[in-house]
Amino acid sequence: MRPVFTHSPNVMQMLTQKKEKSMAKSYNAGVKDYRETYWEPNYSVKETDILACFKVTPQEGVPREELAAAVAAESSTGTWTTVWTDLLTDLDYYKGRCYAIEDVPGDDTCFYAFIAYPIDLFEEGSVVNILTSLVGNVFGFKALRALRLEDIRFPIAYVMTCNGPPQGIQQERDILNKYGRPLLGCTIKPKLGLSAKNYGRACYEGLRGGLDFTKDDENVNSQPFMRWRARFDFVQEAIEKAEAETGERKGHYLNVTAPTSDEMMKRAEYAKEIGSPIIMHDYLTGGLTANTGLAQWCQDNGMLLHIHRAMHAVLDRNPHHGIHFRVLTKVLRLSGGDHLHSGTVVGKLEGDREATLGWIDIMRDSFIKEDRSRGIFFDQDWGSMAGVIPVASGGIHVWHMPALVNIFGDDSCLQFGGGTLGHPWGNAAGAAANRVAVEACVEARNAGRELEKEGKDILTAAASHSPELKIAMETWKEIKFEFDTVDKIDVAHK
Amino acid sequence: MSDMQDYNSSLGNAAVSRKFETFSYLPALSKESTRQQIQYIIDKGWNPSIEHTEPENAISNFWYMWKLPLFGETDVDVILAELEACHKAHPDNHVRLLGLDNFAQCAGASMVIYRGTAV
Repeated sequence: MRPVFTHSPNVMQMLTQKKEKSMAKSYNAGVKDYRETYWEPNYSVKETDILACFKVTPQEGVPREELAAAVAAESSTGTWTTVWTDLLTDLDYYKGRCYAIEDVPGDDTCFYAFIAYPIDLFEEGSVVNILTSLVGNVFGFKALRALRLEDIRFPIAYVMTCNGPPQGIQQERDILNKYGRPLLGCTIKPKLGLSAKNYGRACYEGLRGGLDFTKDDENVNSQPFMRWRARFDFVQEAIEKAEAETGERKGHYLNVTAPTSDEMMKRAEYAKEIGSPIIMHDYLTGGLTANTGLAQWCQDNGMLLHIHRAMHAVLDRNPHHGIHFRVLTKVLRLSGGDHLHSGTVVGKLEGDREATLGWIDIMRDSFIKEDRSRGIFFDQDWGSMAGVIPVASGGIHVWHMPALVNIFGDDSCLQFGGGTLGHPWGNAAGAAANRVAVEACVEARNAGRELEKEGKDILTAAASHSPELKIAMETWKEIKFEFDTVDKIDVAHK
Repeated sequence: MSDMQDYNSSLGNAAVSRKFETFSYLPALSKESTRQQIQYIIDKGWNPSIEHTEPENAISNFWYMWKLPLFGETDVDVILAELEACHKAHPDNHVRLLGLDNFAQCAGASMVIYRGTAV
């Protein structure tokens, strides 16, 4: 334990704050327990507070209240020692405080700490500033064995300072003229090594077969085998020809992620100049400052913005340390993006179904209720901030379609990479197979049929008029629509 | 290779190649299915709206509205009759039914009920 120092604000002073204002505090150098200042179990949360839930794994022998208070201090105003300049400000107003501690169901090694931060601690419209505090130095704090940011409640007052998604779900539908069904996409493979013209060919084949979008893989930027400018030109021709051929609107996520923000903007400007409707950015590796600026530019320039999430698993996969994906989802909605990869539940990158449904709601809905069964710790009010379309991508194929339509609903983008390009007759046939399947599933759902139970019948009937779908179903065989979830929600552990 | 089928689509062959969004990759909706889809729009609380266009202009945002949207209409037969009236007046055009969601301010559904002939 650290030595206890007595100096303001102590509890009595907090209770008599008015009086305190007329009474000068005295300065006593040294170190004191965090909990004296930053543990306030009687604090009533303000509507404007930014709230955070941390999962705290302490070092042996450190009391919960002290550690929770330390997290509040180190992620807001505090440092390890008293400093005289504390007395030049109204620390009681600016400090974060821990207002509640809870057990983690099924795990005695850690506990939840709920911390409230006054809104004025953070610059308006800056998720960068918020994360720098909340997941900054505190994550390296020695008294902690591990720390995980589980959720943040952004008050509507703060949400209103952020620009959010450039276009939003409804606007995207109107731009693309696509209603009442999920959007269909495909990531072009092999992810590296194709020349620009071969790459454009792969896009054209997918788009003419019935896809709405093709996509740059995240690591396609501007390598020696395919510089960005040549790729943009060939892909745009592919889009335009497929549009003329099918009479439907098409797009390709042109990845503008680049070594510098200036270079990123140069590529974005060129994508707009040639008439591309959508560009793409990796918001974690590219950085949130770049992302927020790009999203604002997209809104000003009528562009859609697809967001990839490379590096997310580094941050969100460890159940005891890091940042939960629902937080990264909220951060992206504030920073801005029209699409965000969400996991598929059913594909090769299986995720917990309930938790995934939780962050899909966080992407799309205007108001999300606290729901611990989905890992949602706070009510979240987005007001009129535009929504983000969840993108299901990774190891999915046509047999997954009934489950995907059921899980994700219409406001989603289903992306079949191998599940399009791996079709024995090529990309166009693979695209057509998926398009027939998604439309058959939507028709059946609208007619009141249960997709996950009747999936096989629905697809088989649709394949009777689509040889492309029939071959796709034979190629990938039937998969069972079972969902044994990989448990990630704490309440489900025991 | 001989089992492999060509993907038959081209700029030159409009009748085979031109699509018109949701359900255009399926065979024309059957009578029963059409009724079910209309019922779905009604059950969602959306306002049915009928629009039509020459098939070659199907990519346009603005098709021709057939009268005004059928605000509050919940009778499948009434909606079917309006669709048919529109089709009779414009037999060569695509005739589509939308479900307008006034909360999302966006169509929740859109489907061509009578298919025109692409040229």
